[in-house]
Amino acid sequence: MGLLDYFRSSRPATASIAKERLQILVAHERAERNKPDYLPMLQKELLEVIRKYVNVDQNAISVTMEQDDNREVLELNIVLPDEGERKRAHRP
Amino acid sequence: MARIIVVTSGKGGVGKTTTSAAIAMGLALKGHRTAVIDFDVGLRNLDLIMGCERRVVYDFVNVINGEATLNQALIRDKRCENLFILPASQTRDKESLSIEGVGKVLNELSENFTYIVCDSPAGIERGATLAMYFADDAVVVTNPEVSSVRDSDRMLGILASKSRRAEMGEEPIKEYLLLTRYAPQRVKLGEMLSVDDVQEILSLHLLGVIPESKAVLNASNSGTPVILDEKSDAGQAYYDVVRRYLGEEVPHRFLDEEKKGLFGRLFRG
Repeated sequence: MGLLDYFRSSRPATASIAKERLQILVAHERAERNKPDYLPMLQKELLEVIRKYVNVDQNAISVTMEQDDNREVLELNIVLPDEGERKRAHRP
Repeated sequence: MARIIVVTSGKGGVGKTTTSAAIAMGLALKGHRTAVIDFDVGLRNLDLIMGCERRVVYDFVNVINGEATLNQALIRDKRCENLFILPASQTRDKESLSIEGVGKVLNELSENFTYIVCDSPAGIERGATLAMYFADDAVVVTNPEVSSVRDSDRMLGILASKSRRAEMGEEPIKEYLLLTRYAPQRVKLGEMLSVDDVQEILSLHLLGVIPESKAVLNASNSGTPVILDEKSDAGQAYYDVVRRYLGEEVPHRFLDEEKKGLFGRLFRG
């Protein structure tokens, strides 16, 4: 430390903030680009099949792929409409 | 067969051309026949950094279009007879580069050269993707700064998926990290990402660290690759980089603050 440093106001160490932000961002962006490219197609076709039986919303389905060191998890999430809407949908 | 090295970064202004010029000159000084190609069509600058801007007659696009032969377009460096420069076209746009054309020129160069250094433009458009497409090795130039680190990671993704080696299912491109504009005193104060931080984020093999240095601007002012400034810290750091690339074990230097005298310590900053 130089003598003048003692008179400076203590600034936060911004490098550690940068590192933390980058670690999160890079992990997220890597996960995004490692996604198999069939996911959007898979999502579209699944939605078509499900809509044959249940009147779900276009955005009611999400397909995600997660990876860690020794396994890959394909997660499929479908939000079913509530009871009232379902009955309405089944009425001829 | 020549070894093709791409110098890339995504972000602009981090030191790609400075690095291309330095590494190409270093390899040539080590006795290897080396060609360095400017892929920045429309914004050429390698000629200026190499100090041969007044000797450009034909360029990369002329060769691709068959308007000139490779021998007519290559400029032999006046300081090192092993080094040749292929300038980019200044008047055409980036669409003048085609994958077949670039492949043809690289193939022809491969017959007569040991190393081909491809100086990539910034961005991820055609010039940049073609500069890396045929590469065997990639030097990813990064500044210890958030946007540069992020862009470098993006380039790693492209290297791994959109290169010839990736498409052919061959052994992947060897990727190296080159950290430039490094300021050890700011790292010590916690104001700058350290070399360990950047390496941890990108998980890349470290080829070298180039300190922030006045020598770089002085070198570009005079059109001399900074590696020829043997007395400068940046020049020495680039020389180490070339030796490491060629397989020598060279310890990293310039990672710590230089020792200052009492006077410097009292009045630093």
